[in-house]
Amino acid sequence: MKAKHRFILAVIVLGLLMTGPFVVTSLLVWLDMKEAERTMLTELLLSRLPVGTMMTVFGFVIGVLVLHKLFKQYVEGLLRMAETLRLMLGANRNFRVTIEGPPEVQQLAQAANDLAQQRDALMDDVDSQIATAKASVEEEKNRLAALMSELAQAVVVCNLDGRILLYNNRARLQFKALSQGPTSVAGGALIGLGRSIFSILEKSQVEHAEEVIRQRLSAGKNAIANFITTTRGGQLLRVQMVPVLIHADSHAEMSGYVLTVENITRSIEEEERRDQALHALTQGSRSAIGNIRAAVANLLDYPDMEAELRERFLRVIDDEVSKRSVVIDQTMSQFSDAIKTRWPLEDVLGIDIVAAAQRRIDDKLKLPTKTEELDDALWIKADSFSLVFAIVSLASKLQDHYEPRELRFRLTSAGRLAYLDLIWAGPAMSSETFYTWEMESMQIGSETSPLSLRDVIDRHGGEIWYEREKAAHRAFFRFVLPVAIPEIEHEQEERSRGNGRPEYYDFDLFKFEDKTIDLDRKLSDLTYTVFDTETTGLEPSNGDEIIQIGAARIVNGRLLRQETFNQILDPEIPLKPESIPIHGITEDMVRGQPTIDVVLPAFHEFCEDTVLIAHNAAFDMRFLQLKEERTGIRFTQPVLDTLLLSSVVHPNQESHKLDVILERLGITIGTRHNALEDALATGEVFLKLVKLLEDMGIVTVRQALEAAEKTYFARVKY
Amino acid sequence: MSKKILIVDDEPNIVISLEFLMKKEGFEIAVACDGEEALAKEASFRPDLILLDVMMPKKSGFEVCEALRADPAKAGLLIVMLTAKGRDTEVAKGLAIGADAYVTKPFSTKDLVARVKTMLGVA
Repeated sequence: MKAKHRFILAVIVLGLLMTGPFVVTSLLVWLDMKEAERTMLTELLLSRLPVGTMMTVFGFVIGVLVLHKLFKQYVEGLLRMAETLRLMLGANRNFRVTIEGPPEVQQLAQAANDLAQQRDALMDDVDSQIATAKASVEEEKNRLAALMSELAQAVVVCNLDGRILLYNNRARLQFKALSQGPTSVAGGALIGLGRSIFSILEKSQVEHAEEVIRQRLSAGKNAIANFITTTRGGQLLRVQMVPVLIHADSHAEMSGYVLTVENITRSIEEEERRDQALHALTQGSRSAIGNIRAAVANLLDYPDMEAELRERFLRVIDDEVSKRSVVIDQTMSQFSDAIKTRWPLEDVLGIDIVAAAQRRIDDKLKLPTKTEELDDALWIKADSFSLVFAIVSLASKLQDHYEPRELRFRLTSAGRLAYLDLIWAGPAMSSETFYTWEMESMQIGSETSPLSLRDVIDRHGGEIWYEREKAAHRAFFRFVLPVAIPEIEHEQEERSRGNGRPEYYDFDLFKFEDKTIDLDRKLSDLTYTVFDTETTGLEPSNGDEIIQIGAARIVNGRLLRQETFNQILDPEIPLKPESIPIHGITEDMVRGQPTIDVVLPAFHEFCEDTVLIAHNAAFDMRFLQLKEERTGIRFTQPVLDTLLLSSVVHPNQESHKLDVILERLGITIGTRHNALEDALATGEVFLKLVKLLEDMGIVTVRQALEAAEKTYFARVKY
Repeated sequence: MSKKILIVDDEPNIVISLEFLMKKEGFEIAVACDGEEALAKEASFRPDLILLDVMMPKKSGFEVCEALRADPAKAGLLIVMLTAKGRDTEVAKGLAIGADAYVTKPFSTKDLVARVKTMLGVA
């Protein structure tokens, strides 16, 4: 029953209470009276009826007023409070009950507010605890990612579907170096978050390794598996797999795996070459020596053979020996690198070696040293201990024999050779003296080494000689050492592009399962390629061509600035002078670049399994479609257009140009009208639009496509 | 009647020594310088023992050996393989496909002669 109805009922009850007893009493009295009494009473009453009625009505009105007041305060007041409380419970946490009404209601309101206060405090506490926990998880992730990026090994973490959740910079560089064929264009190696590892490694081998690990796990053994695989480019990779385990109940379950990848092509090749050399020198000698041995044995055993026969045997020996000499020479020249004793050499900065030698000379020999020209960026391959020992022992010998006042160091390079010179002023020394120095065991004071200077030089695959600078009246020993070739350089471009740490990881992908594009999946869950093209002009059907493609990936709601595609193309037609200021690409920049025949397949591969996004996509797609016949490449995946989606979200806005949208959504970016920068800007716009679309109930790709199709802009066709 | 030995090797430098040596020891000698010639000479010359080099053009010593062993009529033929390959695996293969002895180069000619004589029972 509604409150209003109850109020009316209460009023009726009040009316009945006020009149009922009097009417009933009067009726009973009336029935008991005689005729005369009734007439008298009637007269008596009728004359006073107005006063009685007035009083009754007056009383009734007072009663109704009191009732109304009570109703307002206790019933309606409480109802209002209930609404407020409900509001506090749901929509607006910070709302509070107004303290009003009678004291009892006020107390109730106060108590409710106090409860709400307590609840808020608890909720805030929980929120802050969650935030702290999240922050520490995030920090841990960051620490892990930082650690991984410093590792010298290539590391890739995958879930059981083979999707990449994390990789480090080394892995990126390694796979980039590996990628041959079309993917080497624009450095678009196939490693990327959410991408399948099977595009790089053989699926069956990875699965076999998983199986091995499961078996080892169930046997309670150390869960690890190794395999060697060849890439498409014919490189050999040694892969080690370690499982990522989750502990369910009593047993451990595999939820993904960590792969460490090492390119062993070079070491295998080297090994093979060494094997060949060894073979040439051992097995290859057997037969020759066998021939010689037999001939010699005959000569010795039958000293009285005829001269002619003797001559033939001697020729055999002569022939075999000279052939062998040739083989040995050839082997040595062919395999000199491989045969050389491999001593573990490390990359050291040349100036560090010089500094260490200076310190020791000062310390042990009390001989002042100076430096001349020093190439402070020169890295050499050296066993620093033995090298410094050799330098100091030479200095010690010089001190003993020629008493130079000081020694000087010089460090220069020529091509792949580093020259470390130890210079002194003094009389000329004979090369015989130096030859003996080279061969003697090294010594510095009481410290001796089993090695000779020559041994140390040989270890380094280097050389040493004595040379005079006649004009300066001084001489030097020159150590020639191999220059260490620096590993692949970090790309400046990428450093400047990403604002902050690279995004090489995404653990949320552990839950990622679907492999193909499902239109009914949430917009926020899909993997996208946002791209943009620069073209010679605006009319694809009139012969305008693409001159640049820039693209980036969106995985799990994040724009990955490290996983980009950026390629300038040779359009094979002249550029229009008026368009050059717009895209900033000149004739010089396009000539010699790959053509669409090479770039489009690479771009297609980059986009594999993703939804395409572009601003005013129809324009870019038209250019791509016109190349279908020539390249045989078709882009069949769904395409979302940020221009159309923007008009879905803001139908009443006039402009949906990229610049305007950027401003409207509060996104600031650097350069524009560069395909990659525009693609990145489009990506940012898309991520903002996804949230706005969700608010409108547009959640899936299918819904977004349908909504976009209905907008006004969709009707404008190219 | 003197025993007959077929020497099969593509390298004249060893053939000359072996031929000289075996002749001195009183054997009747024939020479073949590749695998195919070896099979032909074997058929015409009917040797008691073959000194067979492994590494040869056309047919390798292994192939010649297998071809000879495939004919049960020639079960009595002795085959001594000579090789510059010293690996255990190759020795095992030679013996497995039916060689009676396997001699790795370089070898001592005295030992070889002694071995051949023992095998032919003329020691």
